[in-house]
Amino acid sequence: MEDYSKFKQQARAIYRMMLLVLFFMIITAAGVLYLVYNPDLGSFRSTAPDSEYVEVEAPEEDDFDKIVDGIHQRTGLVDAEGLMAVVNNCTNCHSAQLVTQNRMNRERWFTTIKWMQETQNLWDLGKNEEIIVNYLVTNYPVEKKGRRANLKDIQWYDYQE
Amino acid sequence: MERRKFVKRSVLGSLSAALGMDIVYGIKMPEGYTPLVLQDPDPYTLFRKDKQMVLLNDRPWNMEAQAHLLDDPVTPEKFMFIRNNGLVPENIDVENWTLTIDGEAVRQKKVYSLSDLKSKFPVHTYQLTLECGGNGRNEFDPPAKGNQWTVGAVSCAEWTGIHLADLLEDVGMTTEAIYVGYHAADIHLSRDPNKEPISRGIPIAKAMQKETLLAFAMNGKDIPLVHGHPLRLVAGGWPASTSGKWLNRLSIRNQVHDGAKMTGTSYRVPCNTVAPGEKVKDEDMCIIESMPVKSLITHPKSGAVISNGKSLKIRGHAWAGELEVSKVEYSLDFGATWNACRTNPPANRLAWQRFEATVVFPKKGYYELWSRATDSSGMGQPMVLPGWNPKGYLNNACHRIAVKVS
Repeated sequence: MEDYSKFKQQARAIYRMMLLVLFFMIITAAGVLYLVYNPDLGSFRSTAPDSEYVEVEAPEEDDFDKIVDGIHQRTGLVDAEGLMAVVNNCTNCHSAQLVTQNRMNRERWFTTIKWMQETQNLWDLGKNEEIIVNYLVTNYPVEKKGRRANLKDIQWYDYQE
Repeated sequence: MERRKFVKRSVLGSLSAALGMDIVYGIKMPEGYTPLVLQDPDPYTLFRKDKQMVLLNDRPWNMEAQAHLLDDPVTPEKFMFIRNNGLVPENIDVENWTLTIDGEAVRQKKVYSLSDLKSKFPVHTYQLTLECGGNGRNEFDPPAKGNQWTVGAVSCAEWTGIHLADLLEDVGMTTEAIYVGYHAADIHLSRDPNKEPISRGIPIAKAMQKETLLAFAMNGKDIPLVHGHPLRLVAGGWPASTSGKWLNRLSIRNQVHDGAKMTGTSYRVPCNTVAPGEKVKDEDMCIIESMPVKSLITHPKSGAVISNGKSLKIRGHAWAGELEVSKVEYSLDFGATWNACRTNPPANRLAWQRFEATVVFPKKGYYELWSRATDSSGMGQPMVLPGWNPKGYLNNACHRIAVKVS
């Protein structure tokens, strides 16, 4: 009899432990589910910024190549035929600002591309080369400046000594 | 997944998306560390620059001043132009930073730590003019390739370091030595570790000048990161590209150094003058050495409106590469007549010089105030663009500001 009651006692202890384990499993599962459906941990986040993490503006996934007023927002390039060939081939190493600052004719763009291929690790552009150069000479044409241009964009202000 | 890792992964995800590439070993990035490219996407905060500086290029970083920002006798960090050919080095370990001296014409290869350099040699301070070879490029016609600098790629800061000559003497050169070429820690735009963004240099004669420094401080503080921390060659009066930043190796060459941007058309002009737009073969291009005479009106800012009958005090800086400026003049009539400015001597050789004048306008109207400096050899600034060259270097045409008298 003594053995029987001891066994019963042990069985009860195991039963209680099992219940406890089950309870924690349910809690954990609920937590995991919450994480899955609320990946930004919305309701847990405190309002104060967490200094451990640097705020990075996540690009709106759908319009990574958003165009506003005819300008490709990510690069500043004019939206025209050949835009994406330029974006994909000409903004990997350097910024598009280096492209738009420069005004060259067809011949000099071809020479520049060749120089980048020979010395700067630019890949073979294939039939994109023609598309890219057409885009550049059409949208960023050479401007005549002469031997000395007029002063431009003067911001007038009342001079105070 | 732990919350921290989870959040980190999602931040990494957006980082990767913003960069358009995966961050290799991203998950191993230390807590609180963000890659340099995104540490602060605002270059003005990142590099401590004044908001009036003009950003020309964000990869690589290139930024210039406007004329009126360069009014200080010694250019402060916030107004100093940034010219980078590659990417700023990412992990600078000052404690273990070394400078290796090698090359065909070195007696024996030697390695110095930063503290060796700072403690073994006498330390000197000079104000040195550094101007980008392409300053003024935007005016050339037909346009020249590269960053379209206007007038602001020039500075005169106070540099502190050791004489390069002292170091070369300590190392020992053979009689074959012709050129000192620099190598540095910056990263090629393509991130190809076998490529150097820029590796230029100077002939031995320039290296031996006492103003040629291996500098570790600028304006009394450690050199700012974007200007070459922790070690920079400073060769005043020459194209600023000879003043290599983030130096980790100097090669004593038995030939003209042939590193990146030493050859082809880089920092070279036609040996013989050419017509605008003319093609020039590489072998007919000569390396730029001393920069030409030039001046900048730094006060007032262009666009000043003053009342008739009032005089206007103007001032600016003038410099002449290896030479000294002997006089500066101003004109109110597009160069028809010129008037003398008071011109100060330089703080030391290769520092720019202050000029000042009090200008009286004869009547109401639109004026252009032009400045023209002349160097000690009698060479002055042209009123129109100087000789066209394929890469648009050395534009030292007279500086002009607009003034209205009403």
